[in-house]
Amino acid sequence: MAKTHVSTTINNEPVEFLCEPNQTLLDCLRNELQMTGTKEGCSTGDCGACSVTVNGRLVCSCLVFGVEAEGQNIGTIEGIGKAENLHVIQQKFLEHAALQCGICTPGLIVATEALLAENPDPTEAEARYYLAGNLCRCTGYDKIIRAVMDSAAEMRGTA
Amino acid sequence: MVVIEYEAPQSLGEAVKLLSDCTDKPARVLAGGTDLIVQLRSQVGGPQLIVDLKKIPEMMDAVLDENGLSLGPSMCCAELTARQDIKTVYPGLVEAAYLIGSTQIQGRASVGGNLCNSSPAADTIPALIAIAAECLIIGPDGERQVPVEDFVTGVGENCMASDEILKRIIVPLPAAGTADAYLRFIPRTEMDIAVAGAGVSVTLDNNGICTAARIVIGAVAPTALLVPAAAEALVGSDMNDTALQNAAAAASAASSPIDDLRGTIEYRQHVVGVLTRRAAVIAADRVKEK
Repeated sequence: MAKTHVSTTINNEPVEFLCEPNQTLLDCLRNELQMTGTKEGCSTGDCGACSVTVNGRLVCSCLVFGVEAEGQNIGTIEGIGKAENLHVIQQKFLEHAALQCGICTPGLIVATEALLAENPDPTEAEARYYLAGNLCRCTGYDKIIRAVMDSAAEMRGTA
Repeated sequence: MVVIEYEAPQSLGEAVKLLSDCTDKPARVLAGGTDLIVQLRSQVGGPQLIVDLKKIPEMMDAVLDENGLSLGPSMCCAELTARQDIKTVYPGLVEAAYLIGSTQIQGRASVGGNLCNSSPAADTIPALIAIAAECLIIGPDGERQVPVEDFVTGVGENCMASDEILKRIIVPLPAAGTADAYLRFIPRTEMDIAVAGAGVSVTLDNNGICTAARIVIGAVAPTALLVPAAAEALVGSDMNDTALQNAAAAASAASSPIDDLRGTIEYRQHVVGVLTRRAAVIAADRVKEK
C-alpha cells in the first residue's frame, strides 16, 4: 500500500513525513524522523516513556497513529532544552539524580513540563497523581518528585 | 500490528457511509484509541478500515444547557474533567472519567470510547446509568436513542451494528435536590481497573427524605447493572444506617462477579455493597451542600 503523506508541526517547526497508516506516532518520530529522544517502553500506554504532547495535551505516542498527527501541533523532548542549554526541569533532574538508566526520563520531563504548564504550584500529591502514568524502575520515584517540586519552585521564581 | 486503511471524515454522514460501504473487510471507529490501538497491535493480517471520528466537530464538543448535557462521545476525558460547569451538575460522571488510566490516557480516552468498548469494568458506564444517560446512535437508516443500561449487552458487546456510530450521549438535567457519585475499588490508589464500582444518584426533598434513587454496580457482572431493589431500600428513608445497609445488601445480592487474582467472588460481592453505601452517602452529602 502507498505510504501516507503527513504534514504536521513538531516543536513549532513544520515537518512532513511519509508513513504506513498503522505506524504509531512513536514509530514515526523514532524511525521516520530519527527523533529518538522519545523512548519506547511498553507500547500499550502503561509506562509513559513515549509521552509527547498533541496540541498541548499530554498523551502516549504509542497510542496515536502517525497519520493522526496531520495538521496537529506535536511537542517532544527535543523541544525542551538543548544539550548546551538545558531546561530547568532537565537541570533539576541532574541535580537531584532523578534518573539512573534514563529510559523513563524523556517521558517524565515532557510530562513534568505539561504538569507545570497546567499547574505551576502543584502539591506533592498532585504531582504524584499527575505523573502516575510515568513508570520508573530505577529511582523509587522519590528523587524524581524532589526534582519536579524543585523545578516548580525554580520556574515560579524565575517566571 | 494489523494493516489498516485510515480515514478521517469531516462529517457523521460521511463516516456512516464509509462504514456501510465497507463490506469486504472489518471496519472499526477510532476515538481516543487507548483500547483500539492496543487491540490492533495484538492482531496480524488485515487490512481493516479505521474511521477516525475526531475530525467531526459534533463528536468533540459538550453542551450543557436547560435540557441537560449533550456530550460529544469522542471528547477526551482530560477535556471533560476540566469542565467545571459539567462537574458541578454531574460530579459522579466527572469523577468516573477522572479515574480512567493516567494523565496520558485521559488525554486521549473518551467517555464514548469507554462506553463502546463495553468492558464490564468500565468506570463511566455505571456513572452514566446512574444519571439516566442515553445513547443517540446514527446509522444508514437514521437515528435511534437507547438508555445506557440497554446499550451494553455483554462483555465487550453492545447493541450497535457495524455501520452505526454513537453520535451523542444525552443526559437529562437532574431534578431539584439530586446529586450523583461514583466510587470504585482498586488495590492501589491510581492506574488500575475496577475490582468493583458503584454509581449512585439520589434525590432528597427539603426534609432530607430520599424521593428517588438510581443505583448501578460495575465490574461485578458481565455488564454494569441497574439495581432497582437497592434504590427502593433508600426511597422513603432519611438515608439512615438501616436504609443504607439494606441498599448495600441489595447491591451485593444483585452482583454475580468473577473469581480471579484481583478479587474472589465473596470479596467483590462484599466490596460492591460497601461502595454502594459510601457512594450513596457522598451523593446525599452533595445534595445537602447545594
